[in-house]
Amino acid sequence: MPNDRNREPRALRMSRRRMLKGAAAVLGALALPGKDASAAVWEAFLRRNFREMTARDKARVVARLEKEYEAQFGKRVKVAVTPPIEGVLYGYGLDLHRCIGCRRCVYGCVKENNPSRNPQIHWIRVLQMKKEHGVDLEEAAHYYNPSKVPEKEFFYMPVQCQQCERPPCVKVCPVQATWKERDGITVVDYNWCIGCRYCMAACPYGARHFNWKKPGLPAAELVTETHYLGNRPRPVGVVDKCTFCIQRVRNVPGRYPACVEACPVGARKFGNLLDPESEIRYIIANKRVFILKEDLNTQPKFYYFYAT
Amino acid sequence: MRPGRILAAAVAALCLAGGVAAAAQPGAQFPVPAPPFTPGIFPCSDCHKEMKPNATRRELKDEHTDIVLNHAQGQRWCLDCHDTNDRDRLHLVSGRKIRFEESYLLCGQCHGDKFRDWRVGVHGKRTGMWNGEKQYMLCVHCHNPHDPSYKPIPPEPPPVRPDDIRK
Repeated sequence: MPNDRNREPRALRMSRRRMLKGAAAVLGALALPGKDASAAVWEAFLRRNFREMTARDKARVVARLEKEYEAQFGKRVKVAVTPPIEGVLYGYGLDLHRCIGCRRCVYGCVKENNPSRNPQIHWIRVLQMKKEHGVDLEEAAHYYNPSKVPEKEFFYMPVQCQQCERPPCVKVCPVQATWKERDGITVVDYNWCIGCRYCMAACPYGARHFNWKKPGLPAAELVTETHYLGNRPRPVGVVDKCTFCIQRVRNVPGRYPACVEACPVGARKFGNLLDPESEIRYIIANKRVFILKEDLNTQPKFYYFYAT
Repeated sequence: MRPGRILAAAVAALCLAGGVAAAAQPGAQFPVPAPPFTPGIFPCSDCHKEMKPNATRRELKDEHTDIVLNHAQGQRWCLDCHDTNDRDRLHLVSGRKIRFEESYLLCGQCHGDKFRDWRVGVHGKRTGMWNGEKQYMLCVHCHNPHDPSYKPIPPEPPPVRPDDIRK
């Protein structure tokens, strides 16, 4: 029968294919954590994207991270996975008439969010601009260092993650390690990030920062109340960014972000865009408001305004 | 319902009513920290109760010489805001006496636009919970009432330049 004639070559092909599969499996097994690897290593190896995790998966990952951090810093670290609050969309206001460019927000953020001290990572950058030029990013300086601020001829514009409604950084991530949460905060899963830095190239606000080295974070300065998607200590080779202090603002009641609390002049405002009684809604309804690089249609939820 | 539950409900209702009443008192809706007095200066009556009030507009030569009025000077003086007979109080234009903790009412007489923004939390700094209890600050925590413009402060250090990080 004609079928019999075909059988032998096909069987040969199949066995060759099976052989290759077998070889691949052996090679793969060699790359896997060995016999002496602890359960934690396997757990880390086999874990899923944060968004696909069940509550049990999350609990397991959190337990592993907390153990790792305790070994690393000698301190109990709490890693929360608090979900978004229903009916909340965070919005931020910054009063350019009030800001004096003192950079208290920059260091308030550093203190709260466990970024690398050395090499230095700042999630907030304060731009100094000439009053006569207006908002002109080409003319902006950020290494200014006079003895006192504000200086007469300048105004100041802090820039951090604008928590875009259409975030270009999320669009370009090849592994979906960064995404926008239901409450509008764009987050990064530091254990899923592959460090390609596409998001940094895509962000028009320079809001994303790369951990080129293992973050230098002294144990004494470690904040132990952390969130998985926020201020938990980062590994080397991943991108991090402002999360509106997700570890604070997702609680009920939830504290203001650290930069709001650090601002000595009260230029920084924060609230729920879906609550008509919130101060951010009052600002949008009553003040002169603008968003940065509006023409890019990223739709930031970070509103610069002039209170008077 | 068991009597115990009814009692508990009644107590809860009373507490709630009390809370509402407290919030309705003027000034009570803005939880503010204590005013930033110069240490040892308050209560003012410690010194002033022995003194006869002198309501004549004049420059103070003996006491309070450190206060230089740089706030519509020439148009007003001490007793336009400080009460002549009760030195531990301020008074509004209406004559109503207010505590120093309510001084925002005094400032708001002229700066109505700022007062309106302050009440909703847009002018001035607020701390606490974004979705819960908030702590306001008085106008005078940031603005010296006798010289109110915000004074320049030293900035925190600038970020490290990328070149210096690599070194």
